[in-house]
Formats: sequence, C-alpha cells, structure tokens
Amino acid sequence: MKSIFRMGVPVVGKNFFPSNIQGLPTWYEIRVSGEKHLARRDGVDVMVAMNAQTYAEDLACVVPGGVLIYDSTWPRSGELDRDDVQVLGIPLSAMCNEAFDGVRARILMKNVAYVGALAALLDLDLAVIRQLLEETFASKPALVEANLKAIHMGHDYASTHFACPLTARVEAAEDTAGHIMIDGNTAAALGCLYAGATVGAWYPITPSTSLMDAFRSFCSRHRVDEASGQRNYCVVQAEDELAAIGMVLGASWAGARAFTATSGPGISLMSEFLGFGYFTELPAVLFNVQRVGPSTGLPTRTQQADILSCAYASHGDTRHVLLFPANPGECFEHAVAAFDLAERLQTPVIVMSDLDIGMNDWMCPEFEWDDDRHFDRGKVLGPAELDRIEEWGRYRDVDGDGIPWRTLPGQDVRGAYFTRGSGHDEFARYTENGDVYRELMQRLDAKWKTAAGLVPGAEIDEHAGAAAGLVTVGSCADAALEARELLAGESMPMDYCRIRAFPFGEDIRGFLERHEVCYVLEQNRDGQLKSLIVNEFGIDPARLRSVLIYDGLPVSAGSVASGIRAWTKNEVPA
Amino acid sequence: MSYISKPRIDHPGLKQNALGLTRRDYEGGMSTLCAGCGHDSVTAALVQACWELAIPPERVAKLSGIGCSSKTPAYFVSGAHGLNSVHGRMPSVATGAAAANRDLHCIGISGDGDSLSIGMGQFCHAMRRNLDLLYLIENNGVYGLTKGQFSASADRGTKAKKGEVNQQPPIDPVLTALAAGATFIARSFSGDKAQLVPLMKAGLRHRGFALIDVLSPCVTFNDHEDSTKSYAFTRQYYHPAVNMDFVPPAEEIRTAYDEGEAMEVRLHDGSELVLRKTDEAYDPGNRANAFQYIRQHLDQGEFLTGLLYVDPESREMHDLNQTVERPLASLAPDSLCPGSSALPDILARYR
Ligand SMILES: Cc1ncc(C[n+]2csc(CCOP(=O)(O)OP(=O)(O)O)c2C)c(N)n1
Ligand code: SF4
Ligand SMILES: [Mg+2]
Repeated sequence: MKSIFRMGVPVVGKNFFPSNIQGLPTWYEIRVSGEKHLARRDGVDVMVAMNAQTYAEDLACVVPGGVLIYDSTWPRSGELDRDDVQVLGIPLSAMCNEAFDGVRARILMKNVAYVGALAALLDLDLAVIRQLLEETFASKPALVEANLKAIHMGHDYASTHFACPLTARVEAAEDTAGHIMIDGNTAAALGCLYAGATVGAWYPITPSTSLMDAFRSFCSRHRVDEASGQRNYCVVQAEDELAAIGMVLGASWAGARAFTATSGPGISLMSEFLGFGYFTELPAVLFNVQRVGPSTGLPTRTQQADILSCAYASHGDTRHVLLFPANPGECFEHAVAAFDLAERLQTPVIVMSDLDIGMNDWMCPEFEWDDDRHFDRGKVLGPAELDRIEEWGRYRDVDGDGIPWRTLPGQDVRGAYFTRGSGHDEFARYTENGDVYRELMQRLDAKWKTAAGLVPGAEIDEHAGAAAGLVTVGSCADAALEARELLAGESMPMDYCRIRAFPFGEDIRGFLERHEVCYVLEQNRDGQLKSLIVNEFGIDPARLRSVLIYDGLPVSAGSVASGIRAWTKNEVPA
Repeated sequence: MSYISKPRIDHPGLKQNALGLTRRDYEGGMSTLCAGCGHDSVTAALVQACWELAIPPERVAKLSGIGCSSKTPAYFVSGAHGLNSVHGRMPSVATGAAAANRDLHCIGISGDGDSLSIGMGQFCHAMRRNLDLLYLIENNGVYGLTKGQFSASADRGTKAKKGEVNQQPPIDPVLTALAAGATFIARSFSGDKAQLVPLMKAGLRHRGFALIDVLSPCVTFNDHEDSTKSYAFTRQYYHPAVNMDFVPPAEEIRTAYDEGEAMEVRLHDGSELVLRKTDEAYDPGNRANAFQYIRQHLDQGEFLTGLLYVDPESREMHDLNQTVERPLASLAPDSLCPGSSALPDILARYR
C-alpha cells in the first residue's frame, strides 16, 4: 500500500483480523481510486487468496471482470471457478521452498513474493518498493536482499506467465504530496504529546492499546532529559479500567494533564468514576476507540455503538462532552482540544474514535502545529490570585458561565477544599439540602450550555435545492461523501452535516430544521446518534431516517447508498 | 478558603512546631461520627503526627474511599486538599495524585470494607507499585456506614450485634500486604496513641507504600460481647511485637538500649527508627519470617502490633519510573510541547 502512496496515488488500507494471535485468517483490503475516494467501495477487483479455507468466500467477493490470484502449488477444486473472474495461479509455496531455507522464512517470503507478482500485474514501481524495503530494514541489510529476491521472483513469474499489466492498474500521480499515511491511535498519541500530557494510565484493550504504546514511544524520544535520563512523564499500566480512570482523575485533580485510552468494556467499568468526575468537576481526557459489541462482542471489528453509553455514562443526571474525530488528522487535533476543553470545563471529555480510524492507516494531509497556540488551562487560582480574593468558593459561579474556579493541592492553605462526590454547597461543604442540590445541578446545566459553544462545530455542506440532509459522525464521513456523490448522480441531491462533538451546537439544530428529512448514518443497530439528537433537540423522530451499518467492517460507500435508496423505495406516496 | 473560616483565636500558650504552627493548624472540621468511634482517635493521632513532623499543611493530600472511616479526611488538616473518592478506589486516585505531584505527602484513609472487599484489587496493586503513600485502614470488622454487616476482616466465630456468627475466615491486611510487596507494614490500635503517633510519623517519612492497619472499634455496630473487634477484646489480645521510637534526622538517639535488643532502621530522609522486639525470634526485616510469625500468632488469637515489616531501601513508583524531580503538574504544557520545528521529522516516518 505504501508503494502506491509513494507513487503519488491516493490509497487506503483496511485490516480485518480476528481476536487471535496466530492461526486464524486475516484480510487486508486496499482501495485505490483515481477519484481520490478513501472509503471502502464494495466488491474486490483484485483478490489475493492466500488461505485455502476461505478460498470460496474470497472468490465470491470478486466483482465480475475481476482477478483472483492464488497459490497454485496445490491443486484447487474445479468447483471453485467463476466464468466472470480471471483466475491466475502462481506456485508461490513451491518457488519459496526452493529459494529459501527455514520454515519461517519460506512462509514470510511467500507473502512477499505475491507483492512482486502484484507489482507486475498492477504496474507498481519496483524502485519505490526497493526504497521502502531499505527504509524498513535500515538496520538489517540482509533482510532487504532476501525480500527483494522474493519480490523479483513473484514479478518475474507474473511477467512471463500473464499479460502484464492488467487493465486495472496503478498509474503514478501527484496526488499524495503533503500527505502522510498514519493510523488514528498514533495520531491521537502525538496529540497528547503536543498537548503536554504528563500522566497516562490505562489497561490494555484492543483496539486502544496502540495509543498508549505510541504515546510512550513518542515520550521516550521527546520527553526524556538527555543529561539525566529522567522522564517528564509517567505512564502507569493500571490493574483495570476502574483504576485507570481513578488515576487520571487523581492526576488531574493534582494539576497534571492526564488521560486514558480504552474501548467499550473499559468505559462500562469507568462509569462510576465518570459520574464522580462530572459531579466534582474534575478534568479528565479519555479516548474510547470503539469496537463491536455488547459484552466482548467482536473485539477486532469496528463500530460506533458507545455513543449513548458515553454521552450519559454513570448513574444520576450526567452528561459528558464527546468529540468525534473522522480520521487521524482529527484524532491529532481533537486530542489537543480535549485537554483544553477538559480543563476549561472541568469535566471529563471523551474522544470517540473507533477501530477503523484507530488501527488502520489513513492517508491524510500532514499535521500542522501553530507555535502560538494558546494552551487553555481553564480557571485555576494560585497563591497570587488568592491574595486578591476575599472569599473564594470552589463551586461558586462568579462569571455566569457555570464554570467555577478551582485550586490545586500543594500550593496554598487558603485554596484548600474537600472534593466529595456527595452533596456539596458552593464552598464544597457537605450538604443534603434539596435546594442547594437543585441549584448545583442547574449550574452544571448552565456549564453544559457553555460547553456547547466551545466544542468543535459540525462540518456542514449545503447547496440550494436539496430537500434531504445526510447527517453522520466519525469514520462514516468518507463513505458518506462518496455515497452522496453517487446519489447526486441519481438525482438525489443531499446536504451534508457531520457532527463533531456533543453537546450539539445550534449549527446542527439549524441544519436539522432546514431539512424536511435527514438520513442519519451511523455504525450501530439502535440508531444511537439519532436517539441522542431526538433527545437533545426534541425533534420529531419521523423526520430522521436511520441508515445503520453494523457488520463490524468499515463502512463502504455502496452500503450507504443502498441504505438510503432503500428508504426512498419504501416511501409510501401520500 | 472554601470553608467559612472559624474565627481564629490564638492562644499564646499553645506549643508551636518548627513551622510556628500549633496543633490547631492541623485540625479539621467537626467530626460527625458516633461519640466514641475509634476512627476519631485515629484522626487525633494523625493531627499529632503531622504537627510533630511539621509538614506544611498545604503539602498534604488527603484521599479516601467511602465509609465512616473515609469521611475522616474532613476532620484533619483543613489547610490541605482532600478528595473523598468512590468506594474502594482511593488507591487509584492516590496513584494519580502522587504521579502528578511527587512533592505531596499523600495520606490515604480507608476502611476494612473499602480496602478488603470492593477495593481489594486496588489495595494490592498500590502496594505492588510501591506508591509513596501512608495508607491507613481503620479496621472495625464491619461496614459501619451501611449499618453493621460483616466485613472481610471479621474473624471466624465473631458475633454480629443481631446474633449472626461469621463462618468465613478473615482476610488479614497485614498478611496481604506482606504477600503483595508493601515495604512498610504496621498494625496498631486506635486506643494506643503512644504507639500510633510514631508509627504514623515513620510511615509518612518512609519512601514507598506504608500500611498501618489500625484496629478501630465501631461503638455502634461492633463493640458488644462476643465481638472480636470490640475495645475490650482488642485490649485483651493485642500484643506489641515491636516497640518503635521515631528519631527525626537532626536528633541524636538519646535512649540507651540494651545490646542486641534494638534494631536501627535509617529512612531516606535521615530519620532513624529504633525497633525493640519483644521476641528474639522475630525479624521485621525478613518478609518470610514476619509472615510466619504473624500468622502463628493470629492462629493463637493474638494480634501482633507495631512496625511488623520494613524495607527502607525500596524504590518507590517514581524511582522506578525515573520521573524528573520537579512535580509533573508544575511543568507547563507549552514547555513540554515539541513544537512545529519537531513535527516534520516526526511525520517523516509516515510518508
Ligand atoms: C459502589 C458502592 N457500593 C456500595 C456502597 C455502600 N457502602 C458505603 S460505605 C460501605 C462500607 C464501608 O465499610 P468500611 O470501609 O469498613 O468503613 P466503615 O464505615 O466501617 O468505617 C458500603 C458498602 C457504596 N457507597 N458504593
Ligand atoms: S457507625 Fe461505627 S464506624 Fe461509623 S461512625 Fe459510628 S461507631 Fe464509627
Ligand atoms: Mg469498617
């Protein structure tokens, strides 16, 4: 994939893998399109079938006129043929067994050899592949040679036995300049590094684990004092997610920028503490890299099914600020924004990524950083400010925005207060007085309204004349945009609104009001985003039509388009 | 100040510590616990210990879970920030606070329910992490706040107020701590301030996790006859195995000890602990020996008290992490940001 990217051609790759370390099949799907589309399409043009067990399934995915490449070392049942698919056999195992020693090398090189064959068939640039191998194995030159040998083997076989290149081929272009290929977890980790986070606490869970791994790796390069070897960060592998969020809240309370990364099951465990953070008004940053399921579900597949559980996590009246990145670029930006928002609003902020964004490599414009960017630490009083204040109350709304002023431990006895999850008054004193409680909850609601004005607004694209809107969120974006193009070609123009945060802003309300009907595209069974919209705006549910994709695979443009078409076909004439 | 401050009356007669503060400066709000509750005595001992050590009040961080015991951080050192977290999860919050600011003196207050049932996992893992924390379990054998159910520290055969007899074996926090790797382990009794205060001082000065399991009777639900956590029972079966003197860094050891009787332990800050064992065979520097000795006495129905195990050389969480000396919370985010100049190099790997 990277060679295609280096040839200047827009490309995206999706890894489909099971929750297993070895021994179950995995797939890797690559989309290349001259129109620069970055979502999955539907259907496969060129299939490389490397697993005998899934051969039939793989063949079925190929579109008419497509190509299937298989390892012809072993005979293949004739029933598994299709007239409309060109089947190309390459004796990969036989070739590799002859050319390489050792079981491991033979298996690995088989996978490299087919890349060589693909290079011939798709007209990939061998010089680019060589360059990439040299970079990857910079410290192990012997491996470069072995890999190149396998590449050439595959390339030569394909060139002599088949008509190369195929009609579907890759043509070098200039469309990837200024772009990188990066996954969302790495991007989010980089955001945490740039945001000045110092404390990370987590409990490993797919698909979030690589986020903290990446943070540690960035820190080892950018946060260690060269002279002393001392670290200006502390990453704690917690005993579970309850502990991880407790650590984040404790560190934030003490004034550090702290975060955790988890997935749905972790969020469930963190619920009690999330309510505590909301009610005691402590900052916290969480990354929820969503996966499929109630329960363990399909841990290695993607979904957006934690929208409601995160929005309203915990018992009692609670609401949490959510950010919805749509790609790694936004993971980077939202990570930085999350720390500012959490400290400004003194509340937990959850960045709602997913497995597709978090673990797949996406092509995105190079990230930018403005050195004049202001780090918003929110309302914190130090000794100097306390000198000027006659009477300070930790939970007093002196500015009318619902956000009180806080102090940090370790600084000044005048700033001391007792943080408690039980009822408290403006001075943080214990109380069970009903009026005081109601006022506190109303102030928290006022703070929520302030939050709506601070979170990132929606991405909205409207053209005169479209009666319908397409509302979506997160990793649905690319497929939604491509489907919108497809449908525009079928005289179904639609306006577009991608929600980027909760609380929802007035921009979203306006969009919904301006459209008779909105299709709400999301990746879960129950239409969680739709429910949240209905609940927050009190909008007539009949005006919202759910398009729900929840097979655990990244959304494809084709499935979105057919989901919308299905609604219009079923439309009952008045 | 977040509390309506009490009018401050200075009694010229009150003794001052090295910071010029009196014991009153280490007190907190009025206790709302039952009169006679053991927990209030633990609070009083803590006030005394912090005052004697002359810890700046603002440098203390008070953390707790949920329970009558966990309410007590409101009753000492009102000049310190406190955090009453959720049930059984104080160790994680303390870990975060200590991670963010290593200059804080973290004091965690918990109960036997809070630590040995719902919070057993966090309790063990904080010890394993060797967090720099003074951890007090105010142990009364029951859940006081939820009205007297047996806790996991209830002894076999002990009788509840309503007559029910506990059949399950207790989880002993001291044995648990020995197994989980705590580096300072003590047991004491809320009614023995003379023993408790020096232990608290030593625990505060110990660099690493310091556990004190304080038998602290619940007068309302577990102080009757046939209870093994009553004042009367505790007084009868409580047996100091080690007597300890705490000698601050600048002071000389003045008491004369008999040859072979005293064992000196030097802490990181230069304080000296002088341990006097009541039994020759006992070695508070040896984990396995301590475990066996304590276990044997427990089987005979005797609670050994005092500093039961100590490893003054242990490396605490920040030592292991090699964290910078300055508190992480004091490093401004913009000073930690690699900035635009570093970005092209970082992104080059993704091209
Ligand atoms: C998640 C949760 N479950 C249950 C409770 C109810 N609860 C409050 S205190 C307590 C037991 C406290 O016992 P202990 O820690 O021994 O403290 P004590 O009151 O005896 O000092 C329980 C079960 C709670 N607050 N939170
Ligand atoms: S119920 Fe028991 S533990 Fe709670 S305050 Fe009363 S005496 Fe103390
Ligand atoms: Mg108890």
